[in-house]
Amino acid sequence: MKCTKCGGKASIELRRHNAAFCASDFVEFFRNQVREAIRKYRMFGRDEHVLVAVSGGKDSLALWDALIADGYTTTGLYLDLGIFDYSVESHAKCEAFAESHGVPLIVSKVADEVGAPVPVIKQVTRRPPCSGCGLSKRYLMNRVALEHGFPVVATGHNLDDEAATLFGSVMHWQTDALPRQSPALAATHPKLVRRVKPLYRLSEREAAAYAFLRGIDYIVEECPFAAGATSIAHKEILTRMEEASPGAKHNFLFGFLDKARAAFERAEAVTLNECTRCGQVTTGTVCAFCKLSDQVKRAR
Amino acid sequence: MKVLLRNPRREVEIPGGRRVKDVLRDLDVVPESVIVIRGDTLITADQVVDDGDTIELRPVMSGGCR
Repeated sequence: MKCTKCGGKASIELRRHNAAFCASDFVEFFRNQVREAIRKYRMFGRDEHVLVAVSGGKDSLALWDALIADGYTTTGLYLDLGIFDYSVESHAKCEAFAESHGVPLIVSKVADEVGAPVPVIKQVTRRPPCSGCGLSKRYLMNRVALEHGFPVVATGHNLDDEAATLFGSVMHWQTDALPRQSPALAATHPKLVRRVKPLYRLSEREAAAYAFLRGIDYIVEECPFAAGATSIAHKEILTRMEEASPGAKHNFLFGFLDKARAAFERAEAVTLNECTRCGQVTTGTVCAFCKLSDQVKRAR
Repeated sequence: MKVLLRNPRREVEIPGGRRVKDVLRDLDVVPESVIVIRGDTLITADQVVDDGDTIELRPVMSGGCR
């Protein structure tokens, strides 16, 4: 198989694009997709300092690498979830990346902020671990960005993540979740920082290929709590569909973004308040993070 | 040839002289779910892997809370 661009030996085939690329042309393809995402959704400008949320995995480190390569000013944010050896190793990967690229990394520990690490939160809440973990991540990303004065947080969510989330929302017709699904969420409150997903045009296979070809040392092992997660089941279904019909995931997500999302956006009317405890944004009186923190404290 | 698989990490020995796509089919691995690594490069599904080769089928799917 030959590279569609230069005719050299291909390293990766992208069936949904009916193309194949050699290593160097694939890296350029990947960066062009990131550039197009940033341009289309006006995610951030050259003059803005971007906080990149990194987990030590392929997606977030690939994103950080691509932004650095394009000359953006970035700082990494690693949230230590306290998930046994998995967190120790993923933290080390982020530190090593930051050091080798000469970029700063902020570390925030969930255990310090909530009162317990994710495994204990799981026991206390008796809910799936991804629930408390995701809540803590979203809250801390926003709070750290605000405290340090970053105008925008970029995350490594890719096309597969977004298609799987959309699939889950549609399966249950969670119409309140649909308008919030976007590659870029504006700061709709003075205490909400803009959130963007510059990898939304790229599949996780493409992110893995980019990370490998760029020599990024990322954590390959899966989070021990991810086994059996609904999001994984949805991804497996979508990957089977993609195998049978290349472009299926792309068409599902992009069709929603281009044709359907606006209809649900008009239906949304949410009042944003400030949490009476921590001052962060909530739709109620006390935010979900403070309630989680209370629950953890009561149980310990 | 040796094939390195992940999650859990394990190694299997299978006959070489076949294309990557045939190896994936025999091991029941969906091509879209992995990148295929030989040495320091990626290889496409049409490439032939020989008896002495070692390839890694690295999964690309991550999940849980994202």
